[in-house]
Amino acid sequence: MTSVQPVDRTAAETAAAAQYRELYLIRRFEETLLDLFSQGKLHGTTHTCIGQEANAVGVVAQLERGRDAIFSNHRCHGHYLAFTDDVDGLLCEVMGKEGGVCGGRGGSQHLCNDGFYSNGILGSTVPVATGMALAERERGAGAIAVSFLGDGTLGQGVVYESFNLASLWSLPILFVVENNGYAQSTPTRLELAGEVAARGTAFGIETRQLDTTDVVEIARVAAETVASIRAASRPRLLILDTYRLSPHSKGDDVRDPGEIEAARARDPLAVAARYVPVNDRHAIEAACELRLAAAVARAEAAPAVRAA
Amino acid sequence: MTAATEQRCARALNAALVDVFEQRDDVYLLGEDILDPYGGAFKITQGLSTRWPDRVLTTPISEAGLFGVAAGMALRGYRPILEVMFGDFITLGFDQIVNGIAKFREMFDDQVRVPLVVRTPMGGGRGYGPTHSQSLEKLLLGVPGITVVAANECHDLTSLVRQAVADDDPVFLIEHKLMYGRPNRRPVDGYVGGLACVETRSRYPALSFSANGFERASATIVTYGGMLPVALDAAVELLLEDETFVEVVALGRLLPLDLEPVLASVARTGAVVTLEEGTLTGGIGAELAARVQSAAWDTLTGPIRRVAAPDAALPAAGTLEAAALPGVQEVVDAVKATVRVAA
Repeated sequence: MTSVQPVDRTAAETAAAAQYRELYLIRRFEETLLDLFSQGKLHGTTHTCIGQEANAVGVVAQLERGRDAIFSNHRCHGHYLAFTDDVDGLLCEVMGKEGGVCGGRGGSQHLCNDGFYSNGILGSTVPVATGMALAERERGAGAIAVSFLGDGTLGQGVVYESFNLASLWSLPILFVVENNGYAQSTPTRLELAGEVAARGTAFGIETRQLDTTDVVEIARVAAETVASIRAASRPRLLILDTYRLSPHSKGDDVRDPGEIEAARARDPLAVAARYVPVNDRHAIEAACELRLAAAVARAEAAPAVRAA
Repeated sequence: MTAATEQRCARALNAALVDVFEQRDDVYLLGEDILDPYGGAFKITQGLSTRWPDRVLTTPISEAGLFGVAAGMALRGYRPILEVMFGDFITLGFDQIVNGIAKFREMFDDQVRVPLVVRTPMGGGRGYGPTHSQSLEKLLLGVPGITVVAANECHDLTSLVRQAVADDDPVFLIEHKLMYGRPNRRPVDGYVGGLACVETRSRYPALSFSANGFERASATIVTYGGMLPVALDAAVELLLEDETFVEVVALGRLLPLDLEPVLASVARTGAVVTLEEGTLTGGIGAELAARVQSAAWDTLTGPIRRVAAPDAALPAAGTLEAAALPGVQEVVDAVKATVRVAA
């Protein structure tokens, strides 16, 4: 019998509050983007991760900014904010204003900041992340690379070249498949044969699949996974079953509204809220609203980026 | 004029790689079948894996992935050299080239650089047929953000490789299969085989050749890479058979296009023939013609003519391949036609 350890309530609550703060920030940031679009204040496009935020918060919390590398995809705002907390840089980037993290040259799906990278060509990011893992293996300082992809990207052949290389060369890389059941508008049954997990094990990559939107559970498994990658310099595949509550992009949703409504029961924000006392939650939400409103005001006031 | 110390270009390129591996420890070499004892399909990497087993990585047949892997290494501080066994296979990497390697620096607002080198042999003449003989470098010319360098047999190959590796931006070093087996004919006292030769003082020099010490001449043949010996043979034939003096400009850097040595020659000749081994349409000759006529219209005495392969698949059979590839006679005829217009 082991003795029962007293629960450190303060630490536990602080961690839950921090996770809730991140989830709420990402959710409200992207809802704000959609609002700005509907007001005609944004130029271009965006892909929100509303409903999938727990993946970003749970996984990215295990990484170290300035040390590890993340290569994300078109749906990258959640990953970016979880890694950098750079609300102003991202907002100005999407709005084409001075102060954007990539000077307005990249926009919503081409971000870069201190070890974070994203690109909008699906699949193309996976071998690049693999090369980053090779670089980190050679440097030998224990850093890892993380490649975020979706189930839709599993149709791209270069993903499997990357799985093969990563396993063959024992690279410290975590492949995260955010399995939301859709490739843009096309459901899995029309675009994917076989099992997702079998794609990892076929290449000798230890694979784990989680069917949860609970950030605590995702963070726990991600922590174990990342620790094992650092220790063993082996690739791992983490499949996170999830659901995108928002459209693929802006107004392009053709899914059954009943299906979307049913998925709200698993909204990661609602799940995370259960761990945070209501008063704390309201305080977090109020602070976040103030922060976002101020960021929007700054971005709106900032000059548009100008051609050199 | 042939120096006794001349070595074959394959050997010179091998020595150049040894040189950069000795000079820098951030250089890695990736490619298919590059380990000893095989040493690469064209033997350019022989000996490297024995000396540097940790920095020479033989790879699966995965060109699309490997372009990305090289990019990832470069983004994280290393200087990978990717050997692509046949130039034809760059098509497999085009997404990585166009949507990643060429764009990362710009779209990430100069927060990153991508210092990688892609080495690959282009060209025909060995009967490898339609998919192993092409000169596809022109496909790279429409990709801003990369540097395309064409090595030729008169280049200082050690310097070219060293400069490409030292470059903080992506460099495609285009080699030629026939060049590998030919002597590396460096200028000796300013001459190559009886022709005066000057090099521009740039990272990736252009070489200009003249049979009359860069006095006035009748035409400029602009070429690069594996077509240089064809151009030089044509220049000698025009001199001996027709007493026509021409200059040959062999470009080193194709992208961004190095126009200055071309214009310097055109100022002395007033006429231009372009020569490339790839197919005609949308080739470097088209780009050169557009730029030269725009920059030197008043100097030109007639239309710019292009010599290139026909717009068709390059056949395998020796007779058919020889008929399709640009040869000395076509260059001589094009120069004569150009000079006749001027006269």
